[in-house]
Amino acid sequence: MRRTLHALPVVAVGAIVLAIGATDPVAWNEEELAVVRSLSLDELPPLPADPSNRVADDPRAVRLGKAFFFDTRFSSNGQVACATCHQPDRQFQDDRALSLGVGRTNRRAMPIAGMAYSPFLFWDGRKDSLWAQALGPLESAVEHGGDRTQYAHVVSAHHAEAYTEVFGPLPRLDTLPPHAGPVSDPIAAAAWGSMDGADQLAVNDVFANIGKAIAAYERTILPPETRFDAWIASAAFPKPGLLTEDEIAGLRLFIGEAGCINCHNGPLLTDNHFHNTGVPAVAGLPDDRGRVAGSAQVLDDPFNCLGPYSDANPVDCTELRFMAPAGEEMLRAFKTPSLRGVASRSPYMHAGQIETLDQVIVHYSAAQRAPEGLSELRPLNLDETQRRYLGAFLASLDPIQ
Amino acid sequence: MQTHLTRRGLLLGIPFALSASALSAGLFSQTIPDDLDLALRRSTDASLYTVEIAPVDPSVRLGKMHAWTLGLTDKRGRPVESARIAISGGMPQHGHGLPTAPAVTQTLGEGRFLIEGMKFNMRGWWEIDLTIDGPSGTDAITFNFIL
Ligand code: HEC
Ligand code: HEC
Ligand SMILES: [Cu+2]
Repeated sequence: MRRTLHALPVVAVGAIVLAIGATDPVAWNEEELAVVRSLSLDELPPLPADPSNRVADDPRAVRLGKAFFFDTRFSSNGQVACATCHQPDRQFQDDRALSLGVGRTNRRAMPIAGMAYSPFLFWDGRKDSLWAQALGPLESAVEHGGDRTQYAHVVSAHHAEAYTEVFGPLPRLDTLPPHAGPVSDPIAAAAWGSMDGADQLAVNDVFANIGKAIAAYERTILPPETRFDAWIASAAFPKPGLLTEDEIAGLRLFIGEAGCINCHNGPLLTDNHFHNTGVPAVAGLPDDRGRVAGSAQVLDDPFNCLGPYSDANPVDCTELRFMAPAGEEMLRAFKTPSLRGVASRSPYMHAGQIETLDQVIVHYSAAQRAPEGLSELRPLNLDETQRRYLGAFLASLDPIQ
Repeated sequence: MQTHLTRRGLLLGIPFALSASALSAGLFSQTIPDDLDLALRRSTDASLYTVEIAPVDPSVRLGKMHAWTLGLTDKRGRPVESARIAISGGMPQHGHGLPTAPAVTQTLGEGRFLIEGMKFNMRGWWEIDLTIDGPSGTDAITFNFIL
């Protein structure tokens, strides 16, 4: 640690020199150019395999999963589908601070594009695959509100042929209760408790397969090209052209002084990790401990990569096997969201706490104390022009119309 | 996790004048001290062992899980076949630890070990802290790595 202490004054001097030295707004050095290019959609590697889902790349599973994603019969009131909160024409989110399904959620709906690249799902990362993730809202009392045998019956009644083609024959369901599952509804929970173990396992298989088909579809949802990507690919790059001087000045702040790139990096502008950034708690909502709770939950999840419904060889579950333990650092830490398309999908943060992008930038500039845990941010004290530049850059991450 | 807290504590301890300067240092500084020892083969703090680490795939990519090999020799240069090795680390300028919990998963023989589960989720200066509990006693070493 002594080494760190020695290093700090050096860092400080460096920062001051940087601050004073006027930078030519047009000239980029090679390293900066490489960092800028690393944000381009062209740099997105091929989809990572999902060894826990044997049908992840099966086109028949994609078709079936897409049908599931839009099917409101998978809900207690016949009105809620995944697409209710993840609307394809709205970047697969719903423009609300908190989402409305059968009830109201305690967090904001997340856009889905590119999330097949993400090792942990949800704001707190309590799921470790897209298929395990999909099972969460299906059983949540405020989202789809249904239960496992109900969903198995829906598959059998409306999707049997396509299901059988992908996963093989459905188990016998006619003797099973219409509503049963380990859910908060007491009647369905009691019915589940009285089912025999073999039936529960058979239903769990169908339930997991619903998730696997949905995940296969979600893997095909990728972020569209933005003006920023087109600029990098253009002949003008890195000079103004498809991006204005202000937007480029914002980009420079983003990858430099403002340090946004630390967490919003790579072609999806996320490090796929969890950070406490001092986002205020919402009065009236339950205490949200973020990743501290999520990392414990994902280890306990029977549908995780190491569980009985996973198709993976346990050694392939590297993210789970080497997951960092939930330390102090993860208290109120939330997943870094992708910033692609961010300007046209307010509100922001895990419970929609911040209304506009301008306010988001003010939040970063001020770096207020976290309501719980410790924020990783330090005040940036950006002036009005710098804040405007950053906002302009973020708008260049919108899809080309 | 001790080291993470220490790092965090250090950052919070930066004098006010410094953290409130127009462009605060710490988290947002890309300036890496130029006198860092970047050697990946070094002797441990109390010189009980010599440790050499190397990424299995030399092109370590941002955000990708990857493995490292570790070579361990004692004071006289003889390979150490058996040792308990703990890995931690983080970014001293950002005040956070490693995003994963890497571990030695295999003994490869001739004093070599496989470390799996390494990941760097940001560019910049990383410290890799190793604690080695072997036949000559317990010793530690911090490597510097710049991504
Ligand atoms: C009632 C609204 C609602 C419905 C219905 C809903 N979701 Fe969500 N979705 C959310 C919310 C809210 C979150 C964030 C919740 C959290 O972090 O606890 C979320 C998060 C996600 C994520 C995580 C993305 C990421 O970046 O980690 C995925 C993927 C997702 N939902 C897919 C689905 C699928 C598939 C379905 C249908 C089976 C579905 N959702 C149904 C509201 C909804
Ligand atoms: C320490 C990591 C970190 C840094 C540095 C960082 N962010 Fe974030 N960013 C996050 C996390 C984590 C969230 C979500 C926080 C939450 O909801 O509690 C977020 C959310 C956002 C959002 C809202 C996105 C959404 O969908 O809700 C925007 C916009 C944003 N950041 C922009 C920036 C900008 C601009 C900078 C630089 C000034 C920056 N970030 C620096 C981690 C970081
Ligand atoms: Cu960092």
